[in-house]
Amino acid sequence: MFLWFHKLGSPPHFYRIAGKWIPWLNWMFLVLLVAGLYGGLVLAPPDYQQGESYRIIFVHVPAAWMSLFIYVAMAVCGAIIIIWRMKLAEIVLISSAPIGASFTFLALVTGSLWGKPMWGTYWVWDARLTSELILLFLYLGVIGLHNAIDDKRTAARAVAILALVGVVNIPIIHYSVEWWHSLHQGATVTKFDKPSIHWSMLLPLLLMALAFQVYYVLALFHRCRAEILRRERNSKWIEEL
Amino acid sequence: MTPARKKRLGLILLMVAGVATGVGFALKSLDQNIMFFFTPTEVVGGKAPADKLFRMGGMVVAGTVKRPGDGLTVQFDLTDNEQNVTVKFAGILPDLFREGQGIIANGKLNQSGEFVAEEVLAKHDETYMPPELAGMQSKTEN
Repeated sequence: MFLWFHKLGSPPHFYRIAGKWIPWLNWMFLVLLVAGLYGGLVLAPPDYQQGESYRIIFVHVPAAWMSLFIYVAMAVCGAIIIIWRMKLAEIVLISSAPIGASFTFLALVTGSLWGKPMWGTYWVWDARLTSELILLFLYLGVIGLHNAIDDKRTAARAVAILALVGVVNIPIIHYSVEWWHSLHQGATVTKFDKPSIHWSMLLPLLLMALAFQVYYVLALFHRCRAEILRRERNSKWIEEL
Repeated sequence: MTPARKKRLGLILLMVAGVATGVGFALKSLDQNIMFFFTPTEVVGGKAPADKLFRMGGMVVAGTVKRPGDGLTVQFDLTDNEQNVTVKFAGILPDLFREGQGIIANGKLNQSGEFVAEEVLAKHDETYMPPELAGMQSKTEN
């Protein structure tokens, strides 16, 4: 097990493993996405208050979850970079950032489009919306900082520290709706109580969340493979490919 | 773990804990600014600013929604189940506005203690269910 983990840490090995996984992940993603969208847009009933408009939840909520998840994954990579100086963690961290930024942007835009008819406004500076916007800036900061430093191993150390410092924002986002009065509603699913959503809506929501999760791994593998090729372009194993 | 790695792990933990404490104190001191709205109890208790716009959030009291005068102005009471404040608003209400709904109004208090709103937003709750179920629930409650 430990040996397997060590082997996975070597870029050429990861390159090959990821390449083998990609076709399977493609199918998993497609099946989950079609099932989730069909369940959410066709099978699920309209909401008792919001009617059909609530259906944006099937994109908004999984995207928001992923925006938090990817940042935590980046922070874990950051810790691994600083403690163990592992090359693969550097690659995973920087490859995750644009994907996380996209999910954050998607969550902000879909929420804003839903907010106009439901709340009566596209944007307010309440705690949840503001902290999620800060998360977007953290992602952009990670990307910018990485591009600003030429030596990629030094860049990775700097970015690791930014990712670790920014992780403080994650619990703030999650608990913002409990700690302060906000316009954004409280948690529906991610709480210790029973989810306050009917199962016919919850099931497609979870399918969509799984689909987004698989998409992240898929996009991450593609980006990591490209980054490995770029970094090791002069090494012997790539000439042999 | 080698001693060097242990030291680096310790440094990371120290850094994250330090930043968290700093941010925690900053947020604590900004508490009132981050609060998106005041409750009617706080407004009646004089905690809301008197001379500038602020937001007040609460439930619309059933049976208090009226359109006095020209028919453009809506008047209703907001409650947090302890205190009520009367709100007046001339403008377009959001779709979710109804009696019993949580809303947030942005405006000022006038001389007679009524809240004159410039903007009314609906606060949605976290419950999602099909309309048939909602019907069943209100029947059992009645």
